[in-house]
Amino acid sequence: MSLVQGTHPQTSQPAKARAILLAWPEFNKPAVWLVAVILLIMPFIANGFFLIEIFATTLILGTIALSLMFLAGYGGMVSLMQLTVAGFAAYMVAVFGMSANTNISLGWPWWLATPMALVLATAFGTLGGALAVRTEGIYTIMITLAIGAAFYYFTNQNWAIFGGHTGINTVATPKFWGVDWRSDIPFYYITLGVAAFCYFAVQYVSRAPFGLALQGVRDNPRRMAALGFNVNAHRVAAYAFAAFIAALGGVLQVWNYRQISPGSVSVGACIDILIIAVVGGISRPVGPFIGALIFVILRTFALDLLVKFGLDGNRFRLLIGLGFLAIVFWSSDGVIGLWERWRRRTAATDARPGGGKPHG
Amino acid sequence: MDNGAPRFSSVAAGAALELRGVTRLFGALAALTDVTITVRPGERRAVLGSNGAGKTTLFNCVTGDFPPSSGTIRFFGEDITHFPPYERIRRGLRRTYQISALFPGLSVRDNVYLACRGVSRGRFSVLRPGTNDALMHASEALIQAVHLTAVREQRVAELAHGQQRQLEIALALAGAPRFILFDEPAAGLSPTERRELIEILTSLPAHIGYIIIEHDMDVALRVVESVTMMHNGRVFKEGLPHEIEADPEVQELYLGAGHA
Repeated sequence: MSLVQGTHPQTSQPAKARAILLAWPEFNKPAVWLVAVILLIMPFIANGFFLIEIFATTLILGTIALSLMFLAGYGGMVSLMQLTVAGFAAYMVAVFGMSANTNISLGWPWWLATPMALVLATAFGTLGGALAVRTEGIYTIMITLAIGAAFYYFTNQNWAIFGGHTGINTVATPKFWGVDWRSDIPFYYITLGVAAFCYFAVQYVSRAPFGLALQGVRDNPRRMAALGFNVNAHRVAAYAFAAFIAALGGVLQVWNYRQISPGSVSVGACIDILIIAVVGGISRPVGPFIGALIFVILRTFALDLLVKFGLDGNRFRLLIGLGFLAIVFWSSDGVIGLWERWRRRTAATDARPGGGKPHG
Repeated sequence: MDNGAPRFSSVAAGAALELRGVTRLFGALAALTDVTITVRPGERRAVLGSNGAGKTTLFNCVTGDFPPSSGTIRFFGEDITHFPPYERIRRGLRRTYQISALFPGLSVRDNVYLACRGVSRGRFSVLRPGTNDALMHASEALIQAVHLTAVREQRVAELAHGQQRQLEIALALAGAPRFILFDEPAAGLSPTERRELIEILTSLPAHIGYIIIEHDMDVALRVVESVTMMHNGRVFKEGLPHEIEADPEVQELYLGAGHA
């Protein structure tokens, strides 16, 4: 497919390192290394509750929101069905794998059930995308939301495969090499590995021909066609790529909760993913993870906080909503946008001779 | 010329672009009516006409942005009437837009790189281009050809108008163009930039033909060898530049009205 295959002869070690840095300019930033180290030693800092309920959950939701960021940020396509794709993958893990619902689950080992789930969910997301690319803007949102809503009601009512409104419970998780991979620390590292893989994949592809062309499609689809690109094929391919990422998130999610039910794929949950991506910022792949961290922290602690102030704890969504409003109001690009504006301002102050405060 | 080729007329066999009876309707409004134009390979032609004469619609029909309502379009003998735009571009057709149609969120280099990638294989490649990538070199050469090397890392949204017009031309020169449609490339350019434009157009390889829509007669007549005059969606007159310029009907219609 690609013309980009390297044909240059054996290169020396430093030259190779330089080539890697050229292909991955991201590795040149100290902040990236700092975050990476903190995430890697997290199990030695945080207890099991924080590790799973906060960080693993953040990474899973962040991965699913990342798939939306890829579509919306690079492709200009706001898809509300990314959680549905993840949920579909989660259901498929439960259906093909092992669970307490023996009448439904086929009892495949995890290493067969998981790839099957990924393939089917990617196909599902690609088909949904093929429908959605026939429309633009708000109609894309409507079609993908309709797919999400349809899937939610379908799972509620279908007992033969999806287990109706009680869903599928006690889903088996991988155990091999003498390790229970669902115990806290191994599972944290699995989610971290998958999230990092997806993050770097999106980051890398954004500078590859496919990702650049997608941004071209976002900016000016008509001109892309006049440059020789099949715009719709590019859009569908983007949905496929995003669906695979969402599916990975879905597999992690069903391993995390060990069960899947319609509540996990509700329309509200679909919109949560949109909120996470927008709050974090959709211009860069790190945004969804920041958004997910804020969302998970609010969801976990806002309840206690509200009760402490003598309010109804169930109103934690009010806090999320207010935060959402504030961020969208103050910054068109979520937390990343705020951060960048702050950095630009400090950079401007530092650059001024004498470093004094600006005069009005 | 008539050697009995059964499927093409003698004219069409050697034509770069051949429009036959092309009509384009927008609802009840006919933007183009029964337009027949033949352009030889390597021929450079101006299309003149007042606003609403159908010049840009003609381009849109040729590139497939809006397919014609009736009639046929052949590109180097091949019937492309029902091809999607990208198939026409991959066959060597190019165009620029009257209002710059660029990718404002991307850098100059990424814009040109996309243009090069669009007409070659690997459009879906998920591998980043290496330092030795042939298309990267091609992009750099194109950027240099339109004098944008100094701003190649800048986002297109930050470019001056004249630079955007130059980038617009660079995108149309990517790959191996055989025929280019220039839609008012000089619009909004300074006199210096106009001279540069004329230089770029006249230094194109001889096998690349083009049609240029241009209101500025000084630019148009200096870079073409033939002229098609359009009026109300029809071909009004065809001829050599000095014939058209001297034609009293044309003067009354176009030069008199627009350039008094």
